[in-house]
Amino acid sequence: MQVPAQFEYERATSVAHAVALLQRYGPESRLLAGGHSLIPMMKLRLANPETLIDINGLDELRTISLEGGELRLGALVRHAELMASAVAGEHFPMFRDAERVIADPVVRNRGTVGGSLCQADPNEDLSAVFTALRAVAVIEGVDGRRTVPVREFHVGPYQTVVGDTEILVEIRVSVRPGGGSAYTKVERRAGDWAVAAAGAALWLEGERVADVGLGLTAVGADHFGAPQAEEFLRGAPATEENFAEAGRIAAEHCRPVADQRGPEDYKRHLAGELTARSLRRAAARARGREA
Amino acid sequence: MQITVTVNGVEYTRDVEPRLLLVHFLRDELGLTGTHWGCDTSNCGVCVVLLDGLPAKSCTVLAVMADGHEVRTVEGLAGADGLDPVQQAFSDMHGLQCGFCTPGMLLTSRALLDRNPDPSPAEIREAISGQVCRCTGYENIVRAVRAAADRAAEAGTAAGTVTS
Ligand SMILES: Cc1cc2nc3c(=O)[nH]c(=O)nc-3n(C[C@H](O)[C@H](O)[C@H](O)COP(=O)(O)OP(=O)(O)OC[C@H]3O[C@@H](n4cnc5c(N)ncnc54)[C@H](O)[C@@H]3O)c2cc1C
Ligand code: FES
Ligand code: FES
Repeated sequence: MQVPAQFEYERATSVAHAVALLQRYGPESRLLAGGHSLIPMMKLRLANPETLIDINGLDELRTISLEGGELRLGALVRHAELMASAVAGEHFPMFRDAERVIADPVVRNRGTVGGSLCQADPNEDLSAVFTALRAVAVIEGVDGRRTVPVREFHVGPYQTVVGDTEILVEIRVSVRPGGGSAYTKVERRAGDWAVAAAGAALWLEGERVADVGLGLTAVGADHFGAPQAEEFLRGAPATEENFAEAGRIAAEHCRPVADQRGPEDYKRHLAGELTARSLRRAAARARGREA
Repeated sequence: MQITVTVNGVEYTRDVEPRLLLVHFLRDELGLTGTHWGCDTSNCGVCVVLLDGLPAKSCTVLAVMADGHEVRTVEGLAGADGLDPVQQAFSDMHGLQCGFCTPGMLLTSRALLDRNPDPSPAEIREAISGQVCRCTGYENIVRAVRAAADRAAEAGTAAGTVTS
């Protein structure tokens, strides 16, 4: 029987209260969102927090809205809520692509967008999605709020820039016309973590790539990104050949490691192929030829 | 810590350790052993209960997180006038063999039909994809959920819920 070690439990009633509790209990305290990464880690004693601060009551962090040209996702939005969101799916279909293959529907009822980002597991799908979308994280602490681009949010496996007395409150993505996006993942079986996955957000001007964002999951890409492939595509014709070449560049720069999900060369192959497929699909969506 | 959880419509107040998992609260504190407990790693889904109406893996929820919330377990499916249509359909269509996965499968199916009274086989498979049947009875489980939907449609009760 797997049981977490003993800990104290507190319930936050507001974001400010959560921050105050983090201050009071110090670095051995942890925020508890959906608990679907943290509780399994505590059962295995990979995490042994002395205090858990439950933020599930903070309804203010549960909203999805379009404000000032930005899509704003509260940190406590559940995977299932993001998947069902009409406004998120309309502007960024890659959210739906990704959510459909994140864990399983039951886990998606509990796991949160903020927990996903803060867990900073190299296999986390939303990290690559937000990287492709150049999202911005809003973090609150004692001294108020600060914003950090998601591309600077992760400082290593399981490590983020969120400080000991800070809480991620929101993720923002700017909405621009002329875009399309897609996310493609290969998994061993339904509900599993990615063998590899790639996301692409593309903005077209005529038949040229005006701007592009790429994100890679589970292949050891620095900050989940593929900046060299983005650089190659920006300003180039949005052609099949260029998408394939961008995939090749992305594959060349990532550093997958062999594990039970597959050998290195297979994952590298997937990184390239899935990048090209996501680009193709994102382009079709930008041209209004695919939902 | 003192918590009050409404389980199958009944309020239970208990003093629990914060580390107590919801699955053990239900089984050991309340004696509701219909909720099974298997992999312990949030993968198999035998521990699924409805938390505020939505399927959740109770081995990955702390009992204290359910404080002030509503839980529905397999014991809460049958109403005054008999089995829930989903239970009846599992029985009729051989949707179970050993029965280990069945409570979780029933609750997920119930929640699916409440939301979507006419699910396609693909939608049913998607809904139960986080749950493992070791007897490989998926075909019959899908048939059973479809049968429950068909019977509810015939009876004219949109969601097919037993009104108790
Ligand atoms: C069986 C299973 C399969 C899964 N498969 C996938 C998959 O295929 N792809 C995928 O991407 N994910 C997968 N996941 C992970 C799932 O997405 C988790 O729910 C998610 O990683 C964590 O979200 P959470 O809300 O449960 O976070 P929690 O477990 O509550 O927290 C995780 C960490 O983040 C911190 N934290 C949480 N919220 C905040 C906040 N607002 N501010 C600061 N810190 C915070 C916590 O302190 C903790 O350290 C899977 C999980 C399970 C159980
Ligand atoms: S016991 Fe909870 S998912 Fe297996
Ligand atoms: S009936 Fe035996 S596990 Fe499903």
